[in-house]
Amino acid sequence: MTIKNRHSVFDCRRIFFLIGGLEAILIRIQLWKPLNNFVSADMFNELLTMHGTTMIFLAAMPLLFALMNAIIPLQIGARDVAFPFLNSLGFWTFLFGGLLLNVSWFTGGAPDAGWTSYVPLAGTTYSGDHGVDYYVIGLQIAGIGTLLGGINFMATIINMRAPGMSFMRMPMFTWTVFITSALILFAFPALTVGLAALMFDRLFDANFFNPANGGNTILWEHIFWIFGHPEVYILILPAFGIISEVVCTFSRKRLFGYSSMVFATMLIGFLGFMVWAHHMFTTGLGPVANALFSIATMLIAVPTGIKIFNWIFTMWGGSIRFTTASLFAIGFIPTFVMGGVTGVMLAAAPADFQYHDSYFVVAHFHYVIVGGLIMGIFAGLHYWWPKMFGRMLNETIGKITFVTFFIGFHMTFFVQHFLGLLGMPRRIWTYLDGLGFNGLNLISTIGAILMGIGTVAFLINIVITAAKPRNAADDPWEDGRTLEWAISSPAPEYNFAQTPLVRGYDALWKEKMDGNKGMTPAEPLGSIHMPSPSILPFIMSVGLFIAGFGFMYHNYYIGAAGLIIMFACMVIRSVKDDHGFHIEPDELQGKGVKA
Amino acid sequence: MKFRRRRGDNTIPVQVEGNHKLEIVWTVIPIILLIILGVPTVQSVFGLSKDYSKDPDAVQVIVTSHQYWWEFEYPQFGIKTAQEMVIPTNAKIAIETKSGDVKHSFWIPALAGKIDSNAGANVNTMYFEAPKPGVYLGKCAELCGPSHALMDFKVKAVDEASFDRWIAALKEPVELPADPAVREAFVSKCLSCHAVGDQGGMIYPNLTGIGSRETVGGILVNTDDAKYANEGTVYENLKRWIEDPDKIKPGNGMGKVALTEQELDGIAKYLSELKLDY
Amino acid sequence: MSAHSHADGKLPHEPEKATLEGRNKVLGFWLFLGGETVLFGTLFSAFLALRHQVGEGNPTGQELFQLPLVALATFLLLTSSLTSVFAIQAMHRQQTKQLISWLVITVLLGLGFLILEIYEFYHYVHEGHGFTTSAFSSSFYTLVGFHGAHVLFGICWISLLIGQLMKKGLTVITAPKVYVSAMYWHFIDVVWVFIFTVVYLMGKVG
Repeated sequence: MTIKNRHSVFDCRRIFFLIGGLEAILIRIQLWKPLNNFVSADMFNELLTMHGTTMIFLAAMPLLFALMNAIIPLQIGARDVAFPFLNSLGFWTFLFGGLLLNVSWFTGGAPDAGWTSYVPLAGTTYSGDHGVDYYVIGLQIAGIGTLLGGINFMATIINMRAPGMSFMRMPMFTWTVFITSALILFAFPALTVGLAALMFDRLFDANFFNPANGGNTILWEHIFWIFGHPEVYILILPAFGIISEVVCTFSRKRLFGYSSMVFATMLIGFLGFMVWAHHMFTTGLGPVANALFSIATMLIAVPTGIKIFNWIFTMWGGSIRFTTASLFAIGFIPTFVMGGVTGVMLAAAPADFQYHDSYFVVAHFHYVIVGGLIMGIFAGLHYWWPKMFGRMLNETIGKITFVTFFIGFHMTFFVQHFLGLLGMPRRIWTYLDGLGFNGLNLISTIGAILMGIGTVAFLINIVITAAKPRNAADDPWEDGRTLEWAISSPAPEYNFAQTPLVRGYDALWKEKMDGNKGMTPAEPLGSIHMPSPSILPFIMSVGLFIAGFGFMYHNYYIGAAGLIIMFACMVIRSVKDDHGFHIEPDELQGKGVKA
Repeated sequence: MKFRRRRGDNTIPVQVEGNHKLEIVWTVIPIILLIILGVPTVQSVFGLSKDYSKDPDAVQVIVTSHQYWWEFEYPQFGIKTAQEMVIPTNAKIAIETKSGDVKHSFWIPALAGKIDSNAGANVNTMYFEAPKPGVYLGKCAELCGPSHALMDFKVKAVDEASFDRWIAALKEPVELPADPAVREAFVSKCLSCHAVGDQGGMIYPNLTGIGSRETVGGILVNTDDAKYANEGTVYENLKRWIEDPDKIKPGNGMGKVALTEQELDGIAKYLSELKLDY
Repeated sequence: MSAHSHADGKLPHEPEKATLEGRNKVLGFWLFLGGETVLFGTLFSAFLALRHQVGEGNPTGQELFQLPLVALATFLLLTSSLTSVFAIQAMHRQQTKQLISWLVITVLLGLGFLILEIYEFYHYVHEGHGFTTSAFSSSFYTLVGFHGAHVLFGICWISLLIGQLMKKGLTVITAPKVYVSAMYWHFIDVVWVFIFTVVYLMGKVG
């Protein structure tokens, strides 16, 4: 419940990742043979909906946020994020939103209209139970947390950089997080409105998406994808950043073409808002829209290609160390290229008429999200683990994780391209025999189990590591280039005893090359002001959680009570000044002063 | 591995900032490739959007999707059928899709791309051709409920003469079951929703000629030489379906109909003999 | 850094930007308003997509909207924006009393607007234009209602700040709060200008 939740709360995010993974494995078990009856048709739709929703909103994004929280202030030489209170609030709303979503399993059925929840299937006429209500309200609550996080990181990066850290000296990870935060800021409110409209339709009989009363179902698709496509870039950009850091450190080389990397990131972010309708080529928007969105989508290949070439040329001529983190980063590159190539294939609308909603699409987006984002997260976790927890992860188990996960991944999803081309639609509960789908589906299921084993190996690694002494060096990889490696592992709660003076890109590397022991401080040693921990964010999120249930079951007293709890907390927060506390210089001495 | 670091190697590689020439090359070449790819893309987007819905030479078919079956209406011929779309091999087929309930997507993988059937007033059109006679598998490609996976249909491409015979056969009156008990059950329990010939309701699949269709319910394949769990003779399949439709397609709109064993047998037998000659 | 320690006891010229916390707050709030713009933008698009879906026999916007009433509401809200500018000017002159008075006037004008809006909605419901009547009515109430809820939140917020100003006076902690609340108030004012144009004027034209 502290304001600085960044080092302690990793766990629940991983648990959501495990739940999503378990759902995936159940899906694959159902599909291992034709006409299987392992789960019922209803259950299957619940599983596929919750797998998608959980992985995107409750696993991938929060895991990224955890890394961002731990690393961004360190990389820019800041004591903390700009809004520690919002940071904590964002975390708790995410957690309670996710909890609410998953409670649906025990109250008569999880949401079952897909993570896209297309209407009218997601409307009350065709989804009469409360499943989709949980989706709407759970995501709404969790979305607040994400939006707050986006604002927080943007403000932090703009306002809190150490002296000398100009924008064009920021590490690549910080840049990508900056752009991602901007995307969050401009994409999530669209989802907020979409979810609110769907909630009004479901709970209060509004007519946004009800064709019988003049509503328009295509409107939902537009709103969802105006959010949904930027969301994909929200996920992948930080992974690009992680790969950039890891590749540089383990090649002992500066990032090739830094400024073109920054520019490419911005361009991807910008184009991300221009291409949403490529998810709707078969909806019937007409040839002009389809042609324009095809071309816009293909354009994204250019900045993405720039990134790929830059990474390869960063490694070229380098001195490469094959740690687990760098293996994940190097494995990421060809995997992501494949996802990109199928992306260009899908961008061509006439071809997409065939690929759309087939297993080809499933293969494509798992190549970019699992092969891109999750591999990026694995690389980042292995790379920054010592900085976050003060202990090095075991490299042998790490390599086992990489090998099983990497092979399992390609086994699972490579064959799915061909299933799609053979005509297997996505989101199907079962398939008939004699269509040529059997063998490929079996391979895919075995691959999924291998990925599961890889994940379990990673968990074992965490447990084993947690039992070891906390002895990681400040710069455990020895080739750290950025500011986070200038301070002790784990980072103290105030991060930098003295704010460092940044003299160039790759701030720490520059000092190393100039023969300095560490960073030059930019300020004299003085007392450090810290915000007080607060329980209010927790209570506010509980209030929202209660309100969500109240409205869902049409008990407006409870709904109002929940909202009152939340607003009361806002009033208390506004009225009560937080004077925080100070850490005095003599307290810092014992912990080893390092700028 | 050329760039692999040896143990204890402390050399610092050259720190390269970038290379403008290279960076321009790998920006420009992809752009050129995309232009090469973009031109045919745009051309075929417009090519595929041609409107044949007013073309008298094209066969017009209005496809209406339902949870979990397909309705095919031929406005030029004034006929309506379900689950099996018969088309001539020599003409363009102009499709107009709409939905009776949720959003579905009309897809015949071997013949053409898919087009969504939207709920409400957003009607879509597409066209395709089947130059070779044969039976093609059609699918629903948009999640539409529990039995989304089972919402298959068949497309039968036949030569022009048999297509004309099929149209004529579909319009002919159909005799009801001869056995009075079976007829009574069929009229009261089946024709309230389904139609045969010019009798019965039209809100659920038209049963005229069901005995000569490739499948029952889209997924129970009719064959005398059953290999898989979803195959059987047309009589067996009809019986299996009528006995408990929910077991075959969870969540479908038919539900279990209260029939005696004798009525069930009689109706299945009658329907299996409802064949169209074309 | 901390302006508590100003020797003469006076606040700096722009007290809202005197501390890092204050600067963060102002920047963060600008960003938040960026997100709010997308939120209202989406609501506007939904409204524009659905505004002709009135349904058989239901009153259209042309029949419903009474421009004089809406114009009065617009006048109240625009004036309140002006008074909140005066409030910020008073803050920069460090005249706490004037600041509080201008804020009170702002809140009262906002309340006037809200009362007119509630009356307007009440009237519409009696004309047969309920929330569930048609797609037009649902999107109308959602868009205008979201704005109304923002006004209500602003009124409560600024009232709370008035209380704090009376108790604690103008400090480097209260100043940024007042400043961002004024930003918020201008923002909902701008949104209303768009609502007035898109919903009412365009609705009247048909």
